[in-house]
Amino acid sequence: MSETRTDGFVVFDRVQKSYDGETLVVKDLNLSMPKGEFLTMLGPSGSGKTTCLMMLAGFETATHGEILLDHKPINNIPPHKRGIGMVFQNYALFPHMTIAENLSFPLEVRGMGKSEREGKIRRALDMVQMGEFGNRRPAQLSGGQQQRVALARALVFEPELVLMDEPLGALDKQLREHMQFEITNLAHTLGITTVYVTHDQTEALTMSDRVAVFNDGRIQQLAPPEDLYERPENSFVAQFIGENNKLEGVVETINGDRCTVRLDDGTVIDAKPVNVTKAGERTRVSIRPERVESNPDRLASDAHLVDAEVLEFIYMGDTFRVRLRVAGNDDFIMKYRNAQDQGRYSPGQKIQIGWQAEDCRALDA
Amino acid sequence: MALPSYASPLQRVWYYAFRVICALVFFYLMFPILVIVPLSFNAENFFTFTPEMLALDPAGFSLKHYVDFFTNPDWQLATRNSLTIAPMATLISVSLGTLAAIGLSQAHVPFKRAIMAILISPMIVPLIISAAGMYFFFSAIGLQGTYWGVVLAHAILGIPFVIITVTATLVGFDRSLTRAAASMGAGPVKTFFKVQLPLILPGVISGALFAFITSFDEVVVVIFVGSAAQQTLPWQMFIGLREQISPTILAVASLMVALSILLLATLEILRRRNERLRGMSPG
Repeated sequence: MSETRTDGFVVFDRVQKSYDGETLVVKDLNLSMPKGEFLTMLGPSGSGKTTCLMMLAGFETATHGEILLDHKPINNIPPHKRGIGMVFQNYALFPHMTIAENLSFPLEVRGMGKSEREGKIRRALDMVQMGEFGNRRPAQLSGGQQQRVALARALVFEPELVLMDEPLGALDKQLREHMQFEITNLAHTLGITTVYVTHDQTEALTMSDRVAVFNDGRIQQLAPPEDLYERPENSFVAQFIGENNKLEGVVETINGDRCTVRLDDGTVIDAKPVNVTKAGERTRVSIRPERVESNPDRLASDAHLVDAEVLEFIYMGDTFRVRLRVAGNDDFIMKYRNAQDQGRYSPGQKIQIGWQAEDCRALDA
Repeated sequence: MALPSYASPLQRVWYYAFRVICALVFFYLMFPILVIVPLSFNAENFFTFTPEMLALDPAGFSLKHYVDFFTNPDWQLATRNSLTIAPMATLISVSLGTLAAIGLSQAHVPFKRAIMAILISPMIVPLIISAAGMYFFFSAIGLQGTYWGVVLAHAILGIPFVIITVTATLVGFDRSLTRAAASMGAGPVKTFFKVQLPLILPGVISGALFAFITSFDEVVVVIFVGSAAQQTLPWQMFIGLREQISPTILAVASLMVALSILLLATLEILRRRNERLRGMSPG
């Protein structure tokens, strides 16, 4: 990324947050978002992602560091003067107002005239296909409908930045997938900058321009979904995003972007060094199940092959999952497509597996 | 809760005994109040049922005690006093009590329990002690025997009720609603009046009713802190019992019972309305 630290529409500059003055919930957060980006903060609970969102919204204050919105520091601006739209996990619709009154609220606060308000409310409700529900009360709507209204309410006053705090957490799977599509679509059509918080990695991967993976108060990796999945930079990201096989060992040789790793049982494998720098270092290598190859013909001639014993063969319809014992690891998964030319295995069978060196990433131990 | 077919004889006995006990409890609570109402229509100046009344002879009944209440200047002064003191005391209790409850419901308030205990204490400390304390304190600062002295004293007694009812309503209040209002650009004052207050209104109103009834029924504190000019209805009833034993007291009591029932009915209607708004029960 060519952008400098404080150049961006939303910038976190060395931000720290502590609730009790002792432990830091957010440790040294640096983040710069261009205008119009859809960025997801992804991480396990307690990783600091929601705290970051709350600091940006103004409901929490940063203990240290600066937050900039459109090149202006906002640390000392109260939430109601930041002009940031927000969608809450529990929708936070006002139960004593009708849907139209809910949407009218931010416009009334801004002193907008009645006819102008009505036009904007109608457009916002139409945008989320809730045009006929203006006179209902929130309690009369389903969860998905309430979420649409909450979205319309956050957008009706045309904020440039919208924050979403696990907005789809309470919906069922099918509705969630549909809303994911709708939200990204809206955000891109309207050109809004969006910060989205979730602990659901599928949501993060499918919706975002970039994903910031949080753990332990830090951003572990900030990258587009594809990079995150294909090229995790450390073992936390590798384990957190998608399914991963891990094997532990010591780096034996490094040669440019190839290295060999001697696993703890003596097996030697090929890998790509990611954050190991010299021979003799302990490492944890990570391989995606779908990148494990059981047909040696498809591998490079000099590739190292590894002995494996089939423990379980699971039929999943479109794919097969094979649980293997590899170098003492009983939970090594190989996944491949159900196709005519693919063989099946039975438990107890001894096979040889391998992989392209670049699919096997040698990360921190 | 009907009796199941497999109930043992002992369970059957208890099933009916329980109902009898409940009926007795209700009788014990209600009878002294209910008996006042027919007595207040007594044609004689007695506190007992006359033979004519028991025979349901119309001559045994009259509205003379009600007429006395509405024409006697002493009762009229007392009514005026009660009706000017109670609303003002209620207004002060509700304003201060609601703000205190909202403040104490915030996340990081130091000594929350201690502050709460102090604010609730007028409800727990024996009234006569509060009254004596207020008498000496109000005398020292020139409030004893004044309208505002009685109003403030009653406001103090009413505040605990408001705090308790509003705190109870705030337990179910979703803090993300005030955050949502802020994110839409509403300042704290606007958020309070447009979002928080409408939603906790049932708690505020029940607190207000309790505060009103407390002031309206109160006799001990008003005797200490008030003077003849602040003679309220309960005070007048107290004097009436001691000095003239007029059944007008029964007429006043009946009217006050009617007022209480009216206020409680209002409370219940408001509670149901709020539940409907929050979608907790079908409209």
